[in-house]
Amino acid sequence: MTYVREIVSGRVMPCQAKWAEAESCPSSALELRHSGSSAKILTDFNCCYSMPRLLHNATWFALTAVGALAVATIALHRGEQINAMWLVVAAVCVYAIGYRFYSKFIAVKVLALDPIRATPAERLENGRDFVATNKWVVFGHHFAAIAGPGPLVGPVLAAQFGYLPGTLWVLAGAVLGGCVQDFVILLFSVRRDGKSLTEMAREEIGRVGGFVTYAAVISIVVILLGVVALVVVNALKSSPWGTFTIAMTIPIALLMGIYLRHIRPGKVLESSVLGFLLVMLAIFGGQWVAHNPSLAKVFTLSAPMLAILIVLYGFAASALPVWLLLAPRDYLSTFVKLGTIGLLAVGIVVFHPTLHMPPLTRFVDGSGPIFAGNIFPFAFITIACGAVSGFHALISSGTTPKLIRRETETRMVGYGAMLAESMVAIMATVAACVLQPGVYFAINSPAGVVGTTVDAAAATISGWGFPVDAAQMQSLAQAVGEQTLFNRTGGAPAFAVGMAHIFSHSLGGQAVMAIWYHFAIMFEALFILTILDAGTRVGRFMVQDALGHIWEPLGRTSWYPSIIFTSALIAGAWGYFLWQGVKDPLGGINSLWPLFGISNQLLATVAFCVATTIIVKMGKPRYAFVTLIPLVWLVSVTFTASWQKMFDANPRIGFLAHARQLAVSGGNARLIFNDRLDAVVTGVLIVMVALVLLESVLEWVRVLTGRKAASVKEAPFVASRFAEEQG
Amino acid sequence: MNRLRSLQTVLLAVLREIFDESAYARYLEQHQLASSPKAYAGFWREYELVKSRRPRCC
Repeated sequence: MTYVREIVSGRVMPCQAKWAEAESCPSSALELRHSGSSAKILTDFNCCYSMPRLLHNATWFALTAVGALAVATIALHRGEQINAMWLVVAAVCVYAIGYRFYSKFIAVKVLALDPIRATPAERLENGRDFVATNKWVVFGHHFAAIAGPGPLVGPVLAAQFGYLPGTLWVLAGAVLGGCVQDFVILLFSVRRDGKSLTEMAREEIGRVGGFVTYAAVISIVVILLGVVALVVVNALKSSPWGTFTIAMTIPIALLMGIYLRHIRPGKVLESSVLGFLLVMLAIFGGQWVAHNPSLAKVFTLSAPMLAILIVLYGFAASALPVWLLLAPRDYLSTFVKLGTIGLLAVGIVVFHPTLHMPPLTRFVDGSGPIFAGNIFPFAFITIACGAVSGFHALISSGTTPKLIRRETETRMVGYGAMLAESMVAIMATVAACVLQPGVYFAINSPAGVVGTTVDAAAATISGWGFPVDAAQMQSLAQAVGEQTLFNRTGGAPAFAVGMAHIFSHSLGGQAVMAIWYHFAIMFEALFILTILDAGTRVGRFMVQDALGHIWEPLGRTSWYPSIIFTSALIAGAWGYFLWQGVKDPLGGINSLWPLFGISNQLLATVAFCVATTIIVKMGKPRYAFVTLIPLVWLVSVTFTASWQKMFDANPRIGFLAHARQLAVSGGNARLIFNDRLDAVVTGVLIVMVALVLLESVLEWVRVLTGRKAASVKEAPFVASRFAEEQG
Repeated sequence: MNRLRSLQTVLLAVLREIFDESAYARYLEQHQLASSPKAYAGFWREYELVKSRRPRCC
């Protein structure tokens, strides 16, 4: 049987008339391929239609022109406020062009996606983790796994530079970096029976690559959990309403677990709707609690107390059975997440707010109050998820490759889902930048920078040229049902205020702003707590895997002493970073968020090392630039940021300089130790990644000079039954 | 109308997959079981390791 295939979409069609057109087509894309006994004629037959092609080209030219206009408007407008829709239009056009042309180029030329090759989901189907699944379903599944609070918090923090740097980085970083990483790692994992990034690094780069990837993953999990927990603590401290609502999600999740297990087994959607309604009730109940003096006192907690409770929660969630707490909370969080992201998109389009933040602020010089450091490298470290996130490589080489039905679907799932995540980052930028800059800085600046009293903070921020006064902040705090909005660092409260602003203008007006604010806080905190409990458990398994090599019983995932020991180890590790952030007079975000960004981007560096090595070994070094360019960029960014975080003479940037300053001024010994520890962690991470880079480069040289054969360790080719079905 | 119906079908399938309802249905089919608290407990015993090792991104 002979087929004509549209290479990128992967549609395989019977020969007949199409073949005649394809044969006469002047395109050089025509190629012949023999697979088994039947000849497959493969061609990109887009080029064979003259009339639709004209319309097609005109559409893409128009889209490019609109996109260019939108990007130019964002980049060149000075002195006037612009509408948020310019950001949305620019993003939609850039993403559409990137998907249509760049991802197609990668699919056809670099990866040569093959719709006829069976995927592990088909070959190894077991009905549990290997399941051939509809591409839209995998897309949704993958998006739900990669979209966390990162693309919401990072852009909010980076807005201290203005809306321009973050927006441009999100657009370019996603199209040329993040989407490429997710796409190629997904495909390479699919071609290796769904192997993990660590396994691929070990097989394709070497033992050092495998070990470093493992160590980087553990480090990133610990740092990530510490920093996102800090975001929750900062959002909930002294907020009885928020604390009550989030506290209620624990019994609600337990109730859902019992409902699912004993009352209506397996009816997850039903129980999630029930859980969502109960959470909404808890939001309204929180308002009542906040207005009840005795109850408000119970739920008004300090940052250290919240930190202790969150660490205990993380430990419990890791040690308890999955069905009881972790899974129901995960379902509830995903339900709220998908709904809220959709709602925010609708709110932005309906309300199309004006951005009050200027394109560039005075803090491009590195003196920012939220985190110190210049645009390069710190804007690119601060926004990881939404542009390039190494963590995604774990998901692209985790669950998703085991669900992919056909190789050609990796483009939509890997590249496409990351574009969707990037759009979430654009929405977060909008939410932060619709606030008056004075309000934005009043919420996000730590007391250690702007002053400990409300008047001092307002005077400092106004002195920067962003007018704000205590009465205005008090009125805003009252509108959202909080005691104060000053010094609410971490990004979550600013995002919640921005989101409440957008929602209240689209739905319900000012009267319901407090409800929207606490809905947004609940949404973010629920997101983050889900990551805390899932991350602690994933970290626990990784530690158990490693310790099992030392003493076999420690590796047993159902042996309770081991469960308790390893859960305590992981919860204690991220709890230490959380405690460090809580006690930091500069708010913690200044030191911890860059550390998280660095470790996340270093993991992306490892992923790009793996991808480039595989492309070189595939015999396609001329196309290695698709992963080499983002790799070079990430190496420059992460190595510069690491160097500055360790050795910069400015105490607000350099860990060691800060430790020296504290030592001279007789500061707390614990804070000095923390600074030194952060410097050592950064140094160890950078040395490990440098080793992977070196080992990768040596491997490329060996292959390119012919000292080593260019061969990859893919699973052998097996023809797919789905190719025949598509005819 | 047909498109709307197929969109609804896909959306529901996405939700059922994300929320593990499809996984549970596959489990019941594989083991020839009817849904019950006992079957759901068995599903979780088999599925726990897959589910709890699934990373969630930041």
